Amino acid sequence: MANEILSEKINEEYKYGFVTNIEADNAPKGLNEDIIRFISKKKNEPEWMLEYRLKAFRYWITLEEPHWAHVSYQKPDFHDIIYYSAPKPKVSLNSLDEVDPELLKTFEKLGISIEEQKRLSGVESRIAVDIVMDSVSVKTTFKETLSEKGIIFCSFGEAVQEHPELVKKYMNSVVPYTDNFYAALNSAVFTDGSFCYIPKGVRCPMELSTYFRINSAGTGQFERTLLIADEDSYVSYLEGCTAPMRDENQLHAAVVELVAHKNAEIKYSTVQNWYPGNKEGIGGIFNFVTKRGICLEDNSKISWTQVETGSAVTWKYPSVILKGDNSVGEFYSVAVTNNYQQADTGTKMMHLGKNTRSTIISKGISAGFSNNSYRGLVRIAKGAKNARNFSQCDSLLMGDKCGAHTFPYIEIKDKTAVVEHEATTSKIGEDQLFYCKSRGIDNEKAIGLIVNGYCKEVLNKLPMEFAVEAQKLLAVSLEGSVG
Amino acid sequence: MLSIKNLHASIGGKEILKGINLEIKAGEVHAIMGPNGSGKSTLSAVLAGKEDYDVTEGEVIFNGKNLLELSPEDRAREGIFLAFQYPVEIPGVSNVNFLKTAINEIRAYKGLEPMAAKDFLARLKEKQKLVELDGKLANRSVNEGFSGGEKKRNEIFQMAMLEPKLAILDETDSGLDIDALRIVADGVNKLKSNDNATVVITHYQRLLDYIIPDVVHVLYNGKIVKTGPKELALELEEKGYDFIKAEAAV
Repeated sequence: MANEILSEKINEEYKYGFVTNIEADNAPKGLNEDIIRFISKKKNEPEWMLEYRLKAFRYWITLEEPHWAHVSYQKPDFHDIIYYSAPKPKVSLNSLDEVDPELLKTFEKLGISIEEQKRLSGVESRIAVDIVMDSVSVKTTFKETLSEKGIIFCSFGEAVQEHPELVKKYMNSVVPYTDNFYAALNSAVFTDGSFCYIPKGVRCPMELSTYFRINSAGTGQFERTLLIADEDSYVSYLEGCTAPMRDENQLHAAVVELVAHKNAEIKYSTVQNWYPGNKEGIGGIFNFVTKRGICLEDNSKISWTQVETGSAVTWKYPSVILKGDNSVGEFYSVAVTNNYQQADTGTKMMHLGKNTRSTIISKGISAGFSNNSYRGLVRIAKGAKNARNFSQCDSLLMGDKCGAHTFPYIEIKDKTAVVEHEATTSKIGEDQLFYCKSRGIDNEKAIGLIVNGYCKEVLNKLPMEFAVEAQKLLAVSLEGSVG
Repeated sequence: MLSIKNLHASIGGKEILKGINLEIKAGEVHAIMGPNGSGKSTLSAVLAGKEDYDVTEGEVIFNGKNLLELSPEDRAREGIFLAFQYPVEIPGVSNVNFLKTAINEIRAYKGLEPMAAKDFLARLKEKQKLVELDGKLANRSVNEGFSGGEKKRNEIFQMAMLEPKLAILDETDSGLDIDALRIVADGVNKLKSNDNATVVITHYQRLLDYIIPDVVHVLYNGKIVKTGPKELALELEEKGYDFIKAEAAV
């Protein structure tokens, strides 16, 4: 019965699958040193940045694509990608009126009307948004309000121009270009992204947010995010991603670096909804992302929360290096795969300092023919006295054609460590569904209830504005997945 | 209210119900008793619309509608409520959220607006009191970590909140101590009105000391073999089911 319905299920049409008709200023396809020079020149970069890119590129060509993840896909042809695509005409960052109206419409479709943001500026709860479309940051809101507090929130490109000392100091310090294949590629060709610096003793008064969107055909998106929280500061940062429906696979290879100084706290939330491909598994985004934060000094805290519903293939492990004593790392994740999606995601918690603590809560949901893997590493270094870790990895299966896998790695070099790992696998119960129905709740609503209940621990960690969106996204992603 | 005619149902090709006939009117309480394996739980599951069962023959009319053509959720929206023998746990979903969703789905089916938060809270308070449910339970996840007695009481609480026309209590007395039994029975009695009806499915006479039925049916081997007044339950308690089996064998 369930299988019958499962096989005839039709995926909810991807809501964000529109293409904006904006003329783009593209680099020629392919990748070589000339392309890198072209990008660097386009962005009017200083010499040191070009040198960095070239160094990364020369290293990248010596590397092989990694294959250890539990995913299989057609290897992207790295010479068939446009590495730079900027919406044309050039957008001014000073006034909204100068923004291409087509672009504004796109943002409205994304549900983030900048107008709305502007109007909300007098209200208590606010979000400052940086929007990255294809490769270029097109609009950062609330910049003035933030700068009053000394907070820098701008596109990465702008930061290179205006705050080169900060970029030089922190870029590559958490994720070096030698880290892995995609980090090297990103370092060579990244075109923009977000930059954020919270000065000493400042509690950022609003949520900072970046929306990433891939628009042009045949382009890859390689953005970098660099976020620094100086001593005694606090910031909550949100990231949202969408892309149009296309039948070819598009590559997204981002690098995110977080640095938390003494007593600082960074909360980083992601709702990732890249186009997952159609129900036969054609098209969709390859999401190969390196995200890492370092608790550089004592009593600092980094918390990752992610809700992953999109992408054809996901390969992503937001990690924390717990260097400072008493530092705290957290990872809360919901990863949903449906149809032919594949996800290999998890975290790494590297305990170096004394009395460091980490918590990992991972909720995987697999439906259709998808494969969903949790891969996590907890490493307690020698001398990391009294380190604590608690990991909980739950998998929920819908139907009998999907897979859930757990690959936990634990390396302990210090005897005082206490590490706990719990894992469960369950099927969404026919019994639960029937129970809901017998109370008048239909199938779709019942799945929404059950799944949201299952993910509650993670959803609770999201800021209010995102939690509501994430709940809806979960329900939509799984629509029709259980008979 | 409910009219069952010659109902046959099977699971996995095995026939469990072999021609049930039953008439229930508004305001009545019917008890269905019978030994293990007689088909009691199958009858309640078929009425609630559990898909595992195939109805092979017969008809069920509920307030003028052909019940068997309705989906389980539409049956609930029409006013059928099944109190489960084994209530299901739904981790992470609070009782309150669950009930609010259910009430609003039922209201939407009837073309009504979602219930105002104020009215919902008022009903919540009133019904909690009625079934002597600890306020904390309402905020906890549906049945998660509840004791057997708490789960059963929660079923009656849900019933009170949803205000069904026909409630079917499937072995609600099993696993209850005497105090919990009294509370559950009190709840059912208080909810009784001239507009609704209750079917009490049970093994033992015990529950019927508290919920006084108007009619008692004995189900055996997929058929109702005996129907009588409330005294029939006492007779069964005294003589056991053997005399029914003996009568049926004749």
